[in-house]
Amino acid sequence: MQNHILSIILFTPLLGALILLFVPKENKDAIRWIANIFALGGFLVSLPLVPMFWAQRLEPGFKFIEGTPNNWIPSIGAGYVIGIDGISFLLIMLTTLLGWISILSSWTAIENRVKEYYVWFLILQTGMLGVFMALDFFLFFVFWEAMLVPMYLLIGIWGGPRKLYAAIKFFLYTLAGSVLMLLGILFLYFHHHGVTGIYTFSLTALYETAPKIYSDPAYGPTIATLLFFAFFFAFAIKVPMFPFHTWLPDAHVEAPTAGSVILAGVLLKMGTYGFIRFSLPFFPDVLMHTKVRGWMITLSIIAIIYGALVSLMQKDMKKLVAYSSVSHLGFCTLGIFALNSAGLSGSVLQQINHGISTGALFLIVGILYERRHTREIAEYGGISNVMPVYATITMIMFLSSMGLPLLNGFVGEFTILQGTFMENWRWGAWAVPGVVLAAAYLLWLYQRVFFGTVTNPKNEKLHDLTPREVLTFVPLLIMAFWIGLYPKPFFQILEQPVNQLVQNVRNPQAAGAVNATLRPAVKQEATSAPVATTASAIGAPAVSHPAKGKN
Amino acid sequence: MGALSQFNWNDYTLALPITLLTLFALGILLIDLMIPPETKWANAVTALIGVLFATAGVVKIQLWMQTSRSTSMGSLAMMRTMLVDRFALYFFYLFLAATAISILMSMRYMKTEHENHGEYYALMLLSVVGMMCMAAGFDIVLIFIGLELMAISTYVLVGFLRRDRRSNEAALKYMLLGAFSSGIFAYGLSLLYGLTGSTNLGEISRQLTQILARNPYHPVAIIALLTTIVGLLFKIAAVPFHQWAPDAYEGAPTCITGFMSVAVKAAGWAMLLRILIWGLLPMRSVWLPLLVFVSIATMTGANFAALTQTNTKRLLAYSSIAHVGYMLLGLIAGTVTELSPDGIKGILIYLLVYTFMNLGAFGVITSLRYRNVIGDELDDLNGLYSRAPVEAVLMLIFLLSLAGIPPLAGFYGKYFIFLSLIETKHYALASLGVLYSVFGLYYYLKMANAMFMGQPEEQGALPVSWTMRAALGVTAFATLFIGIMPDRFIQLVNWSLGLAQSPAVAKLIH
Repeated sequence: MQNHILSIILFTPLLGALILLFVPKENKDAIRWIANIFALGGFLVSLPLVPMFWAQRLEPGFKFIEGTPNNWIPSIGAGYVIGIDGISFLLIMLTTLLGWISILSSWTAIENRVKEYYVWFLILQTGMLGVFMALDFFLFFVFWEAMLVPMYLLIGIWGGPRKLYAAIKFFLYTLAGSVLMLLGILFLYFHHHGVTGIYTFSLTALYETAPKIYSDPAYGPTIATLLFFAFFFAFAIKVPMFPFHTWLPDAHVEAPTAGSVILAGVLLKMGTYGFIRFSLPFFPDVLMHTKVRGWMITLSIIAIIYGALVSLMQKDMKKLVAYSSVSHLGFCTLGIFALNSAGLSGSVLQQINHGISTGALFLIVGILYERRHTREIAEYGGISNVMPVYATITMIMFLSSMGLPLLNGFVGEFTILQGTFMENWRWGAWAVPGVVLAAAYLLWLYQRVFFGTVTNPKNEKLHDLTPREVLTFVPLLIMAFWIGLYPKPFFQILEQPVNQLVQNVRNPQAAGAVNATLRPAVKQEATSAPVATTASAIGAPAVSHPAKGKN
Repeated sequence: MGALSQFNWNDYTLALPITLLTLFALGILLIDLMIPPETKWANAVTALIGVLFATAGVVKIQLWMQTSRSTSMGSLAMMRTMLVDRFALYFFYLFLAATAISILMSMRYMKTEHENHGEYYALMLLSVVGMMCMAAGFDIVLIFIGLELMAISTYVLVGFLRRDRRSNEAALKYMLLGAFSSGIFAYGLSLLYGLTGSTNLGEISRQLTQILARNPYHPVAIIALLTTIVGLLFKIAAVPFHQWAPDAYEGAPTCITGFMSVAVKAAGWAMLLRILIWGLLPMRSVWLPLLVFVSIATMTGANFAALTQTNTKRLLAYSSIAHVGYMLLGLIAGTVTELSPDGIKGILIYLLVYTFMNLGAFGVITSLRYRNVIGDELDDLNGLYSRAPVEAVLMLIFLLSLAGIPPLAGFYGKYFIFLSLIETKHYALASLGVLYSVFGLYYYLKMANAMFMGQPEEQGALPVSWTMRAALGVTAFATLFIGIMPDRFIQLVNWSLGLAQSPAVAKLIH
């Protein structure tokens, strides 16, 4: 069990999809039940991972590793190797949870071509989990690309009026970024061969050689920077960072509700995860370069402010939430490129928060849309009179999204800003207005939709949430309060990988640090001591700076 | 008679598949005279049996080659005109697989068209004989004869729908342009003969090395190279020698379009690789820049032209031209004097996966032809999912594979091509190539959109014959299986490139 738990989590949804293929498509309720059972099952099989991971949280390196390098395609050196650390652990739990919730929320929303819908959705689920688990670059790339297909079909078949445009745009944008990444991967592959004489895509092996490109006289900083950007485009498009964000409003608005939830909740995180998992350890010197880092920070800040301002202007609720994602993801990238423990762990936590809050926001919009078939803000008003439970849940989720203390959003944003201020107070100062603007667009939206009297007669007969709909929100509410009130366990899970990462980036030559992450057996107290944390007021790791800059 | 006495049993063994196919082709012509119209399916069955026998012949050669060390890489035969090596065997298998699948796809289509004649299958087998001569030819005369045998057979096959004006027009255009290019090609070959005094590729290569050592820009050598290469590029339909392809592809019976796009194209590639690597490698510094230009032009021209097509056969024709552009990159990889083994490997894998995915795509389009529907317009795909869900999903697999999305077979073709470019530091070309492959996704998605998101004009399930089902099943299975478990196929290609006639390829053995 312990040895194969990741594979079980990974393939449970796929198994569900295969079983669904044999159910006649007229039998819609049976299909819904089976899909929900497998989605819930996918979440349940991931639960045992929590105590198992908790027990090993302080051990360095990847855990639950399955497969050996090169076991899949020996002739090119690709292997089925999966494993997780604290960062991917949290994202995997988020994925299994949101996957279940999205499938549950689709029960009445999807009426035509039900079978296909659930089949693609479950395949998508496996693809996303694979991205977060893969420890082999080839395997990662396969999951990364393969996952585009079901998402494209979900948008394209069950989407809104401009679905074709949105689906193709989504597919082409993300593919354009990722093919350049493929070239980057191949370069690292040959570089690794040049250094060691071994052809392999094993991530742990590439971690050792890739950072050396920068100082290698045969390649040098220019090539390393170009490589960094080959990866950057793939991840930045996925996040999406300004100015690569234009696919996002289209895709989010046109996608069916559950598609938007997954898109915002999980897919965007693949971009930030890519930065953390690949860009940081592969190109530490490039990232520490003032110019590159300046650009990354600038783009993040622009995304925060620009996303929030555009949100303010929206007349369509879903579009508003979509642009708010651009703003929130700006915080996540800001935290990453702050390149210190607080920023990074805040960023990962904020990714989880964003998955919870924005996932919930899309569900909220979807519930109104299902009842009224419009998302125009002007069509609503006074909804809290007819749907009190709904209004309450919405309020909590709005507050969580805007970062009110005691709810999850605050913890993440606070930690990110803490990390940013440590690096440069100007960066933090520029980012803070984003928090204020978030409150503005969300509260204004709430006021227009929920407060006052019911102005539109069509809204008078709206019925409140059904038990199934409430059920979709319960886990999200629990998580929002849990992270808001007691985030310490989350930071403890993140502590080891984040500190390791920061140390590798800040001081790549020290103590073969990159190397050490790869050997689970070796205890790391000695090297990680300088960056070990003391819990601050909210449990976030405070940072003592390791040698600043590069040697 | 003196020449004949130089043949021994080995020569006949090595020519076994060719002999068998010829016999079966002639047999079909005879049988066709005797059987009544309602049992014309027997022709197709005979052809399939012929393919099976030929495959057994190829296996026999392979086993024979393994018997002794001296022949394990391959063997010259028929007075040094044929080189039956692993490279040739690889292509033999490829041709036979493509032919078998095409025959399965043709059976109901030709019946619907009321053109169910035995000649059709006989010509198909004869064209395979031609292809085998091209792949195994080590003498430019044999290569040329093989080329013409294949080309003339396909001219007739393209125009096989004699009551259809488009088919007639396509055949005429194809024949005129084909004959023209064969002429140029023959001119180039004659110059090579005049220059080196031999028709044997190995001898040509040796002589050329000496001639070029004296004068690296020997004018006659360069003219010979240019004319030869124009003929070769014409046969694989690379821009700017591609104009025949969309018309011929559109007019031909759909199953023949599929056959042409894989088997005929693979034969063109086999010939191109044979001549450029085994014969004209000394002139690599001259043909390399030429291929760079042609490959960029091909990717650009074909991808842009494909965007606006509304006919699926034309669209796939342009897409197959674009694929030629990517494959050419594999030949470019390497230095000015040396080929990249990975590039050649990429081309061979590309041809393998392309055979299955492209035939599959054409298979689905072929199956749209029934009653009064021709089924080759993009609109005919509309709502295919609701009429034939299995075919629609299979088509999606083929299209995504053509676009190069992992984990489907098509990805590995592109993967090895781009790998070889990165390996030999052609970063700009690699970036250009991958961006064009993104470009290509757009028109494949156009077809996917029509199938999954369009509304069908006709209701009711689409009847699909069981032979077509078998063909689609095989192609889809291969596309998925190679995609998920590619290792065995990569090793197969490594094996096929084991023969070391040219020094660069020799390195592949290790």
